[in-house]
Amino acid sequence: MNDLSAVKIPTIESVEAGLVSAGYIPSRQIATALFLSLRLQKPILVEGPAGVGKTELAKAAAQFLGLPLIRMQCYEGLDESKALYEWKYGKQLLYTQILKDKLGESFRDTENLQAALVKLSSFSDVFFSHDFLEPRPLLRALQQRQGCVLLIDEIDKADEEFEAFLLEILSDYQVTIPEIGTVSAIVPPVVLLTSNNTRDLGDAMKRRCLHLHIGYPDQKLEERIIDSRIPGVSAELRRQLVSFVQQLRGIDLRKLPSVSETIDWARALMLMHASDLEVQTVQDTLNVLLKFEGDMTTAMRRAAELTHKARREGGVDTR
Amino acid sequence: MNDVLLRLLRAARGNGVRISVAESIDAFHTVASVGYSDRQLLKDSLSLTLAKTVEEKILFEDCFDLYFKRETMAAPVGQTARDGFMEPDPSGMPGQGGGPGEGQSGGGGTGSALGKMLLANDEAGLAAAMEAGAEEVGVSNISLFTQTNMYARRILDRMGLAELEREIEALRATGNPADAERAALLEAARQDLATRTRAFVERQLALFGAGTRKEIREGALRTAQLSQLDRRDFDRMHALVRDMAKRIASKYGRQRHRDRKGVLDTRRTLRRNMSFDSIPFRTVWKREKIDKPKVMAICDVSGSVAQVARFLLLFIYALTDTMRDIRSFAFSGDMIEVSEILEREDIEPSIMKILEAVGFRSTNYGKSLEDFDRIALNKLDRKTTVIILGDARGNRNEPRIDIMEKIFNRSSRVIWLNPEHRASWGTGDSDMLRYMPFCHQVSTCGTIAHLERVVADLLREAV
Repeated sequence: MNDLSAVKIPTIESVEAGLVSAGYIPSRQIATALFLSLRLQKPILVEGPAGVGKTELAKAAAQFLGLPLIRMQCYEGLDESKALYEWKYGKQLLYTQILKDKLGESFRDTENLQAALVKLSSFSDVFFSHDFLEPRPLLRALQQRQGCVLLIDEIDKADEEFEAFLLEILSDYQVTIPEIGTVSAIVPPVVLLTSNNTRDLGDAMKRRCLHLHIGYPDQKLEERIIDSRIPGVSAELRRQLVSFVQQLRGIDLRKLPSVSETIDWARALMLMHASDLEVQTVQDTLNVLLKFEGDMTTAMRRAAELTHKARREGGVDTR
Repeated sequence: MNDVLLRLLRAARGNGVRISVAESIDAFHTVASVGYSDRQLLKDSLSLTLAKTVEEKILFEDCFDLYFKRETMAAPVGQTARDGFMEPDPSGMPGQGGGPGEGQSGGGGTGSALGKMLLANDEAGLAAAMEAGAEEVGVSNISLFTQTNMYARRILDRMGLAELEREIEALRATGNPADAERAALLEAARQDLATRTRAFVERQLALFGAGTRKEIREGALRTAQLSQLDRRDFDRMHALVRDMAKRIASKYGRQRHRDRKGVLDTRRTLRRNMSFDSIPFRTVWKREKIDKPKVMAICDVSGSVAQVARFLLLFIYALTDTMRDIRSFAFSGDMIEVSEILEREDIEPSIMKILEAVGFRSTNYGKSLEDFDRIALNKLDRKTTVIILGDARGNRNEPRIDIMEKIFNRSSRVIWLNPEHRASWGTGDSDMLRYMPFCHQVSTCGTIAHLERVVADLLREAV
């Protein structure tokens, strides 16, 4: 049933190439994870610090596989009526009103209450059928004819009950709706779950998934990412700014800058027409990288030193 | 092929990666789709399938490296280690290379198969024979270092040591100088082989025995009396305590709610039933928040509990690491607040600092409670839980029961954890029995297992 993706991605290299074509530069591990997920039809649980491209991975995967992306953002209090399906109550009420006369008519010839009840039960399911079902993301993902990429974002924010509820979908790609029965996926979706690790997920959940941890990228990979995202940045500046960020990650900070911040910073520097990293520019734009007052002061104090080192590594002669 | 993977799984389990049966099945599917040929790819893929936390990934990858490196390391330094001569490819399992059974003893007359390999310096053959022997004697069952010699000897036996020894004897007996020389060569090679086999078995022990040893050790640590513990157990204890604190915190650290069944939340019910024309088909009950506990931990670090103080501090440190609303205090004669030290510094230096500041003096509970009265009593409210860790031995100073009563009245719960056994409470200078009426709960906490139970209880009941 998954021959579609099997044909499209025979090897890990093709996954890698596909992600690159969608503007996502994966590490070898990421490509392997996606490859295995497609092969084994298992969901991937992606963990890692904020801003390293967890959500982006799902988007890129959807783009290169040519599938629609269905995204479900988790939050506390999320329940099945918001995640799976809901009855269209309004429509149901409206239809009963409209059909009132019709109903009266068909019941007119019944002799007593018993007969009416028998007649009623013959078309009772009219109002609880697919026509009145409002599919929410999970059900929608199962109903896609050509399959889809289902992104369940920040699963750690949802309650434990909801996590348990997801298990059926994750292992069998089906859900049970009491009024209708079990709905199975037409084509099993490619499922990605992301977590920021605010709480430990249950073992049952982890067991069903491939576990991918995305950390901060190394210098080379990050340069490639910047190159693909902000093509306007010159090679020298790119090397310097990435080197600066890499060093910054070595300092004891409360929130380390991640890839998304590096991208923002690169964009900021480009808009400022910087050709090299200057201490002054760095100090002016540090707030793009760091989000806490305390971190700012720490980094500000060492900005000059780090900048010079970054310039040296970037191949600029500093005296 | 299956054995290679199965043993790897077992080794990984032993090293602390939790792998369920279902995950092993996944591992086989994974291997079926990526194959054995690319080592890095295999490692990445199995790591994705099997290890489910970052710590587990590190453990697994180390284990993987050790497991697959063992054959290439088998050659002693100085000899040419033929890179990858024992690639564990699906078909090339050890055993078919040159087991002791299949050597033909033609050619040089008396030469045993093993002797020939030794003289020919046939690394691949020797390693294969060693693997085959190891397989036969089941070396992967090794669990304790005392078994090393036994396994090494058995492997050598399987490799045909007896035959080799007979050959050496026979060569010596001929009296022919050429034969004697040959015998000496063989003897040297035999000793070399013995050393290498031992080293091989030791590596197996590192791979497969780790789990058993760890279980035994940690099991013992969990139930050992805190006062009996040694300094060198401290690191292991640290890991244990941290795990425990993390477990507790992840379970109780989040905001929790509880439905109050039967009490209608009108506002939310109306909102929920808008689509029914506000006819309440679906009822929403009022919920109450289960507050995260506010904890004040007071830790005795005086001379009388010197043995335990480090562990008590360790525990408080771990709690500080994982819970947000916690203030901690330490005292012997005077009390100081240590929340900040614990939050800022690493474990070792912070414990050192605290012990330097107030540790190991003679105890004065009365004075310390006075200090607490001054520093933090007005911060106590009915949501606060106070945990006191100490032996209540106040050197016959005035115990200031009145302050204890104030604490008792103002806080939600007072829990006293005493490392001493219950029988010795109230003996000598112990004021435990006098403090007891002003505690909601008093327990002995001699072991880590105790500590965990008490704290989990505390958090579960926190409302």
